[in-house]
Amino acid sequence: MKNAKRINKIYTILIFAFLYAPIAVLILFSFNDSNSTGVFTGFSLQWYKELLTDTATLNALKNTLILAVLSSLIATLIGTAAAVGINKMKNKYIQQTINTVTNIPMMNPDIVTGISMMLLFVFVGGIVNASSNLSFWTVLIAHITFNLPYIILNVLPKLREMDRHLPEAALDLGCTPMQSFFKVELPAIMPGVISGLIMAFTLSLDDFVISYFTVGNGFETLPIRIYSMTKKRVTPDMYALSTFIFVAILVLLLVSNFVGERDRTKQAIKNSKKKTGAGK
Amino acid sequence: MKKRSLLGKAPAAPYLVWSVLFIIAPLIFVAYYAFTDKNGNFTTANFGSLATAEYAEIFLRSACFAFLATIICLVIAYPVAYYISKTKPKTQKILMVLVMLPMWMNFLIRTYSWMAILEDTGLLNTALGYIGLGPYHMINTSGAVILGMVYNFLPYMILPIYTSLSKLDPRLVEASADLGCNATRTLFHVILPLSRSGIISGITMVFVPSISTFYISQKLGGGKFDLIGDTIERQFQTAYNYNLGSAISFVLMILIILSMTVMNRFGEEEGGMVA
Amino acid sequence: MKKIVFSLLLLALLLATILSFSSCGETREKIVLNVYNWGEYISDGSEGSLDVNRAFEKYYLDTYGVEMTVNYTTYASNEDLYAKLKSGATGYDIIIPSDYMIQRMIEDEDGNMLEELDFDNIPNYKYIAEHCKGLGYDPEEKYTVPYTYGMVGVIYNKKVVDEEDVGTWALLYNEKYKGQILQFNNSRDAFGTAMYMLGIDVNTTDMTKWNAALDKLVEQKPLVQSYVMDEIYNKMEGEEASISAYYAGDYLSMAENNENLAFFYPTDENGEYVTNIFVDAMCIPKGCGNKLAAERYINFMLSKEAAIANAEYIYYASPNSLVYDDPEYQEYMGEEGMALLYPDDLDFAKVYDQYAYENLDTEMLQEVNNLWEQLKVESASLGNGVYIACGVLVAALIAFFIVSYVKKLRRRRYYW
Repeated sequence: MKNAKRINKIYTILIFAFLYAPIAVLILFSFNDSNSTGVFTGFSLQWYKELLTDTATLNALKNTLILAVLSSLIATLIGTAAAVGINKMKNKYIQQTINTVTNIPMMNPDIVTGISMMLLFVFVGGIVNASSNLSFWTVLIAHITFNLPYIILNVLPKLREMDRHLPEAALDLGCTPMQSFFKVELPAIMPGVISGLIMAFTLSLDDFVISYFTVGNGFETLPIRIYSMTKKRVTPDMYALSTFIFVAILVLLLVSNFVGERDRTKQAIKNSKKKTGAGK
Repeated sequence: MKKRSLLGKAPAAPYLVWSVLFIIAPLIFVAYYAFTDKNGNFTTANFGSLATAEYAEIFLRSACFAFLATIICLVIAYPVAYYISKTKPKTQKILMVLVMLPMWMNFLIRTYSWMAILEDTGLLNTALGYIGLGPYHMINTSGAVILGMVYNFLPYMILPIYTSLSKLDPRLVEASADLGCNATRTLFHVILPLSRSGIISGITMVFVPSISTFYISQKLGGGKFDLIGDTIERQFQTAYNYNLGSAISFVLMILIILSMTVMNRFGEEEGGMVA
Repeated sequence: MKKIVFSLLLLALLLATILSFSSCGETREKIVLNVYNWGEYISDGSEGSLDVNRAFEKYYLDTYGVEMTVNYTTYASNEDLYAKLKSGATGYDIIIPSDYMIQRMIEDEDGNMLEELDFDNIPNYKYIAEHCKGLGYDPEEKYTVPYTYGMVGVIYNKKVVDEEDVGTWALLYNEKYKGQILQFNNSRDAFGTAMYMLGIDVNTTDMTKWNAALDKLVEQKPLVQSYVMDEIYNKMEGEEASISAYYAGDYLSMAENNENLAFFYPTDENGEYVTNIFVDAMCIPKGCGNKLAAERYINFMLSKEAAIANAEYIYYASPNSLVYDDPEYQEYMGEEGMALLYPDDLDFAKVYDQYAYENLDTEMLQEVNNLWEQLKVESASLGNGVYIACGVLVAALIAFFIVSYVKKLRRRRYYW
C-alpha cells in the first residue's frame, strides 16, 4: 500500500511535468535576445522592458481581467442556484432537457457560438435601435453563457452525492430554508462551486473567438490582441507578460500557503491551551 | 411542505430565463440558417450536401480523435485526482490551482511552445540527441494532435473527478477492505462507482469541446487533415456560407446530444448495478 | 481553497483597477476615433520607435485645439474584419483591409460598405506613388488611400536548397525537398502558388482550371511538411522547414534571426515576375462617427514622420514617396532590403493587373472551399492508427457493458 502511494506520487509529478513543460518553454523564450519565439539566440530582459511601456497590452490585460472576474463570478452565482433548483426537480424528462440545453454552449464550436450570439445581439440591437449593437455588456453576456455549463456540471454531482436528508433535517430542526442552504448545503457543495469557478475563470481568460465576435469597438482583450498579431509575429513581450502573470500567481500561492500555515499554528496553539485549561 | 418545494426549484429560474435568452435564442439563428438558403427560403439542401463520403470521413475522424483523447484523459486524470484527494487539505487546495494554472497562459503561446518541443529540430529531440537517442518524428502526426487535445482538456477531467473523490468517505474504503475486498475490487466496486458523477462530468467536459475543436489539428497536425471544427470554421470564415456552416454544426450538435444521452444511460445502468 | 481562489480573484480585480486608474483620466469633451487595423501593423512606440497614435493625438490638439483619443484595436484577417463589419458593428472610423476585400466591401450585396473620401482633407495623397493609385479595387480613387504593399516570394534555406533549383514556383513542388516544404493553410494563397506555376489566372471562374490547380496541390501534398500560417516564422528560423512562400517584408525580419535564409521572387522563363502583389489601404466604413477627423487621421498617416515610422516598423513597401525617397529610410532598410521591397525592374501595373487577387463571388468561394476540402481529405493517411485504436476501445467498452449487464440480470435472478 505504501509502495502504491509512492508510485502514484511519482506519477502525479510526471503529469504535472507534462502540464508545465510548455510553460517552461514559454518562460525561456520570454528572455530571448531576438524577436523570435522559435530560436533562442541569447539572454536579455528587453521584452520585460518593452512590456512596461506597452500601454495597449496593459490595457488589454486590464480588460481581460475585468471580464474574466465578472463573468466567472456572475456565472457561479446563477449556475450554483440553477444546480440547486435542477436537483430538486422531480420530473426526469425536464431534468434531461435542461441538461441537454446546458451542454449546448460547450458543444458548439466557438465560432458558431460567437457568430450566433453576434447575430442575436445585432438583431436585438436593431429592434431597440441601439446606437451600437455590441459593447462590453454583450461580450460579458457571452462569457457568462459559455461559463455556465462548467459551473453546473461541477456543482450538480456534488448535490447528487449529498445526503438528501441533511437539508430536510436542518429544516426540521427549525432552520429557515435560507439558513439550511447556507449552513448545510452550500458547505457540502463548496468544492464543486470552487472548481466550477476556477474553470469558468480559466475559460473566460483565454477565450478568443467568442470575444472577438461579440465585443464592441474599442474593447480589446489580451487573447484578441495576441491572435491578431499572427500575420506578422507574436512578439515575445506577450511571453514576458505570461511569465510575469505566472510568477505572480505562484508567489501569491506560496504566500497564502505561508499565511494559512501561521493562522493554523496559532489556532492550534490556542486550541491546545484551551484544552489544557479545561483539563485543569 | 409546499413552501419548501417552492423555494426548492425557484433558484433555477434565473438560469432558465438566461438559457432561453442566450442559449436557445442563438440556437434558433443557427437552425434558421441551417434550414434556409442564401435568400432565406426554406430548404434541406444544406443537409443534402453533407451526405458525401468526405463529410462522413471528417465526422468519423473527429469523433475518433475526441473519443481517444477523452479515454486517455480519463485514464491519466483518475490517479492524479485520486492522489490529490488523498493529500493534506492544504496541499489539495494548492494542487488544484496548480492543475489549472497552465491554462491561464494564452492558448496560442502554449501551442507554439508544444511545437518548439515536438519538432524534429525541437527541444525534445535535441535533449534526446545528447543521450544518443532519436531523432523521433513527433510533430504533424495524429499522435501530436491527440497530445494537444489531452494537454488542453486534462484539467477539465482532473477537477471534477477530484471534487467527487474529495468528499468520499474513507471509512467506506476501509469497510470494503475489512470485508475482504482486495485493492482492485475496492477500486472497481467502491471508489469508481462513488465518483461516477464526477467521471461523467469530466467526460462531458472533455469530449464535447474536443470534438469541435479547431486550431489544435492545424497547428500540431500540420494542417494535412481536417477535423469537423476546422470545416465549420472555414464555412463561416472563407466560404461565407453561414447556411452550410450552420447545417454542419447542427448535425454535430445532434450527434453529440445522442452520444451524451447514450453515455448517461450507461451511467445510470452502472448506478443500478451498484445499488 | 476559498481563500486562495478569492484572493486570486481579488488580486485580479485590484490589478485591473490600478491599471484603469493609470490609463484613464477625467471625462472632458473629446473626439474618439476608432481605428481598426491588423495586429502589429502600426508603429507603436516599442523599441524606441514613434508611437504614431499618440503623436496624432498631440498633433490634433495642437492644430485643431480639440482633444482627440485614438481608440486602436486589431484584427487577425480580412475575413475576420469583414464578418465583424457585416454584423452591423458600427462605430469604426478607420479600417485597413487588403485590395480584394476592399472590392468585396464596395460591391457588397447589401450595399456599399465604404464611405467616399473627401480628398480635400487629405492633401498628402499627392505623395502616393502614381502606380499605387486607381488600381482595380478602386479604379476611380474614391474610397481608399494605400497604406502598404508587398509581394509574395519564396523563402528558402541556403544550407538545404541548391542554388540551381531556385528561381521559380517549381521549388515548392520539387520532389528533392520532400518534407521540407511549407504550404499556405488557406485556400486562396495555396491555390495561388499552384496557379502561378501552371500559368492560370488566379481570378478565373473556370472550374476546370481550378481543378487543374487542385491536381497540382494533391500531387504536392506528400512533399509538404505542413500547411501553416503564422508558424512560418518559427519553422523557418528554427530550420524545421526549408522552403516556404511568404511576404518579402517578413523575410527581412526572419533573416535577422537566421542568416542561412534567402529569398527570391518567382519569375517565368523571360525573367518576368510571376507572383502575387497585395495592397492594404485605409478606408472609412459606413457608420463612421466623425468623417472629418478620420480623414485627418489618414492624412496624418501620410505625413513624413508617421509614414516612415510605420514603414520601418512594418517592413513592407510603402507607396509614399516621402518614405521611399528618404535617404535615412533607405539607410535603415539597407541595400538588400530596398532592392527586395522596391525592385527596379518591377512593372507594378502589369504584375498587379495579371496576378493580384480579385474578389471572388460567394459561389466561387464556396466552390474553391470545396476543392480545398477535397485536398484535405485526399490521402490523409494519418488517421488509420487512430481508427484502429478507436475501434478496439469501442469494442472493449461494449463488451464490458454487455458482461456487466448479463451479470446484473443473473444477480437479479438469484434474488428471485
